[in-house]
Amino acid sequence: MNRWFAKLTCLLLLVAALPLAAQDLASYEKRVSVKTLPNGLTVVLWRRPEAPVFSFFTLVDAGSAQDPLHATGLAHMMEHMAFKGTPDIGTKDYAAEKPALQKVEQTYAAYEAERIKRVNQDPQKLAQLKNAWEQAIKDADKYVVQNQFGEIVESHGGVGVNAFTNYDETAYMYSMPSNMIELWAALESDRLMHPVMREFYKERNVVMEERRMRTDSQPTGRLVEQFLGTAFMANPYHRPTIGYAADLQSFSASDAAEFFQRYYVPSNMVIGLVGDLDPAQVLPIVEKYFGQLATTSKPEELFTDEPAQNSVREVTLHDPSQPFYLEGYHRPSYLAPDDAVYDAISDILSNGRTSRLYRSMVRDKKIAAFAAGFTGFPGIKYGHLFAFYGVPLPGHTNEEMQKAVHEEIDKLKTQDVSDEELQMFKTRTKADLIRGLASNEGLAQQLATYQTRYGDWRELFRYLDRVDKVTKADIRRVSNQAFAETNRTVGIIQTQTASSHPAPAASKGAEQQ
Amino acid sequence: MSRRVNATLSCHPERRRRCAAGVEGPAVLTRSHFLSVLFCFLLLFTAFSPAQIKPWNQIQPPALPAFKPQEPIRVQLSNGMVIFLQEDHELPLIDATARIRGGSISEPANKTGLTDLYGEVWRTGGTKTKTGDQMDDFLEARAAKIETDNQSDSTTISLNCLKGDFDAVFEMFLDLLHHPEFRPDKLELAQEQMYTEISRRNDNVDSIVHRESRIIAYGKNNPYARVAEYATVAAVTREDLLNWHQQYVYPNNIIFGITGDFDAKAMEAKLHQAFDSWQKGPEAKAPDIKFTEPKPGLYFVRKGDVNQSSIDMLDLGIERSNPDYFVVTVMNEMFGGSFSSRLFNHLRSGKGLAYSVGGGVGSGWDHPGVTNIQMQTKSASTVEGIQGLDEEIDGLLNNAATPEELKRAKDDILNSFIFQFDTPEKVLREKMAYEFYHYPLDFLERYRSEVEKVTAEDVSRVARKYVHKDRMAVLVVGNDTEFDKPLSTLGPMQELDITIPPPPASMMQQGPGGQ
Repeated sequence: MNRWFAKLTCLLLLVAALPLAAQDLASYEKRVSVKTLPNGLTVVLWRRPEAPVFSFFTLVDAGSAQDPLHATGLAHMMEHMAFKGTPDIGTKDYAAEKPALQKVEQTYAAYEAERIKRVNQDPQKLAQLKNAWEQAIKDADKYVVQNQFGEIVESHGGVGVNAFTNYDETAYMYSMPSNMIELWAALESDRLMHPVMREFYKERNVVMEERRMRTDSQPTGRLVEQFLGTAFMANPYHRPTIGYAADLQSFSASDAAEFFQRYYVPSNMVIGLVGDLDPAQVLPIVEKYFGQLATTSKPEELFTDEPAQNSVREVTLHDPSQPFYLEGYHRPSYLAPDDAVYDAISDILSNGRTSRLYRSMVRDKKIAAFAAGFTGFPGIKYGHLFAFYGVPLPGHTNEEMQKAVHEEIDKLKTQDVSDEELQMFKTRTKADLIRGLASNEGLAQQLATYQTRYGDWRELFRYLDRVDKVTKADIRRVSNQAFAETNRTVGIIQTQTASSHPAPAASKGAEQQ
Repeated sequence: MSRRVNATLSCHPERRRRCAAGVEGPAVLTRSHFLSVLFCFLLLFTAFSPAQIKPWNQIQPPALPAFKPQEPIRVQLSNGMVIFLQEDHELPLIDATARIRGGSISEPANKTGLTDLYGEVWRTGGTKTKTGDQMDDFLEARAAKIETDNQSDSTTISLNCLKGDFDAVFEMFLDLLHHPEFRPDKLELAQEQMYTEISRRNDNVDSIVHRESRIIAYGKNNPYARVAEYATVAAVTREDLLNWHQQYVYPNNIIFGITGDFDAKAMEAKLHQAFDSWQKGPEAKAPDIKFTEPKPGLYFVRKGDVNQSSIDMLDLGIERSNPDYFVVTVMNEMFGGSFSSRLFNHLRSGKGLAYSVGGGVGSGWDHPGVTNIQMQTKSASTVEGIQGLDEEIDGLLNNAATPEELKRAKDDILNSFIFQFDTPEKVLREKMAYEFYHYPLDFLERYRSEVEKVTAEDVSRVARKYVHKDRMAVLVVGNDTEFDKPLSTLGPMQELDITIPPPPASMMQQGPGGQ
């Protein structure tokens, strides 16, 4: 055993010199072209001529944290609407459709005004207004060519057509054969300039179904919504990205259009492009099409920082499902100087079978099927959480999860991690970076993300310098800072028999329309 | 900057089925997958247009440059082992997998879960000279992986490392291949994990649907549908794992693929040296499985804590070797496989009834797949949803593909064809699958030319041949207190009891949970 470890330490010294270090950045820089158009849109292009295909990743620096107060879920709704087409795509006759859509908005505004009246609501008038709105929708629907945007992309060889919204950002992505680059530029610039809010109110119902699937009908979905609502009070991370059911049933296409105009501006977007693309040919095409986007100033940051927490908070979900333990501690945003230290803590606690939580809770104590500590919850852009969770084995309890997690936290606070643990973190981070270079999709996402978050894609590599500087003392210091009792929020699922559990009240009724 | 936690929402749910030819993924949810999904929730104004900007439909894309993917080198050793070598010098990495015939469909019914345990404990139980924990320390220090896994028809052992570490990691890989120890403490640990999985299997709709739909489509005693229980997991012993290894792990049952930054000639020599002297063993025999049509009807699972129903219309599908397979993929694309498929257009965008909707006739490499046409809709539109799917199936049987629909479905497949082989690794995996299932090695090229030939008449013909409305079983998982109408208005209904059988008394002495 001793010999084994001696050998191990020796080998550790050898691998410290991995093939990829930040100084190799120069060799990758040659493959990358960065272009910021006069209107403020930035494109980062990485030439990877392995096969005649490419992937893109458009990052809009606005997520659900930017949802207006009355309209949670709006950033995500806008993401759905970006697939509904433009004046050229998705319509049989836009000239006739446009006024029909305006009518939908007018009738909806009238209906909403009556619907939200606190006093003196007139039921008969409400029914009439609802009818008028529904009729207007029927009239507008006549012009729709359904899902034509996605159809054009897919029938021209597009794969992985998708988009996502999280607290920090909204993103669009797919891959195409490289001969489709101009078509891609035409389609993507068109939807970033002229999205048409057709079929909005039916799509709202689709999103309601998404909410039921991900949040209402899943135990961990139910828990996390309540947990974040408790851990955050001022910072918009306390609201669900998918939106509250009541907001999803009230916001309008006009609200979405307003959100779009404010946040989908060139200076607030970055496009990562990776694949068999010659920058000399492609950048002029990009400039030609995306240069059409009007220059608009970057949206103002409207934001409240979370005040310091001064007491333990707790959420207990009495649920028919099996027990589950979650706890989180506030930490500063990704721009904090200690960002890489949090990554080190997460890695040492959770990465693989050598990790501390696996070894203590799964292997040795045999109380958990799985346990981990992770950062970036539920976003990174603003102050967020470093969280821990544990899945108890049958017969074991949430209390045991909590006790075991706290023992590990105490260890981090009072004893240095080992040299081997710290080195594993650094080695794995480098290797993961290399592995991440193997896919067009992944690389496009990384480039757009680092360019947006740091103003320079090179930070993808320079991050390794910050990782190299993390010390054992840093880990102890940060653990003591972050993992304080008064900075803790706990969320648990406590098992209750199904018969005594009421059906979820939220969003169970029929939709409008 | 850390990798983000799964607090993202996408516009498209993950599809349950792949339509085009490709490597079949593991047929069952593995334990690690289960644990990861468990925590997976939440989570204009242009002034004017200069002349050179073209609207999308006036752009003439140039021809795609000719692209001949690099083919892996195939070598067969005298002991029967088939090796594929695929050089890829882009990054300093090496990745290898040995796929071994024999999987869960060959395990005894009273030990269902045996290969799940084998696939885990083979690695965690270590070798004769190194514990699994020691292997973990050695590998993690190099950011390298050696892992074992299991599927319905095979098990795998794989490695992934930086090329400079290859010799050391490969030596450990061979040690684990030839001298696994299956230490009892790791078997116990893996069993505890499976008990956890069993105890939680009714918590989420997805896991209920995944399990029950296979039971309905294949029948509960069919090896493709069998479910591990406390008793069957507890019945597995270390002897069973050793015997399994003894019975199946021989070179003549193995297909070995390796890709990465190496010289193929030098690597081939290395592999000859590693494997040439390994003696042949008994051939792995695939079990003879009888497939019968599901019993048609309406099956209901009551779940009180949800506000959305999952609806799955089920039948037996086809084998991929069926000459109709190519037409079926076009039909699926048109019907339920794409952004502008009929199901997506009508039930999601048109009626706003669902976020997740899709499906088609399923296919397996060497056995019938499961035909599954599914959607998830709010409890209060459950019956409306079933009727909606019904109408779409009628439409599929009665309304031929329009020329536009047919063109679009074929274009979807043909224009994205390059993505079937745009990385050396994909080409390697594809060839390994053909070798494993005894398919012609040019299957992918054939696939393309066959899809090109498909006509609207073909689509109608296969729809009538493989989609039988009256033979389908309908599975509904939901909260019937909120349904729009009782399910019984649609016909006789059978409620399924999904209560988890408790652990046998004998097991309660020491587990689960070690109480």
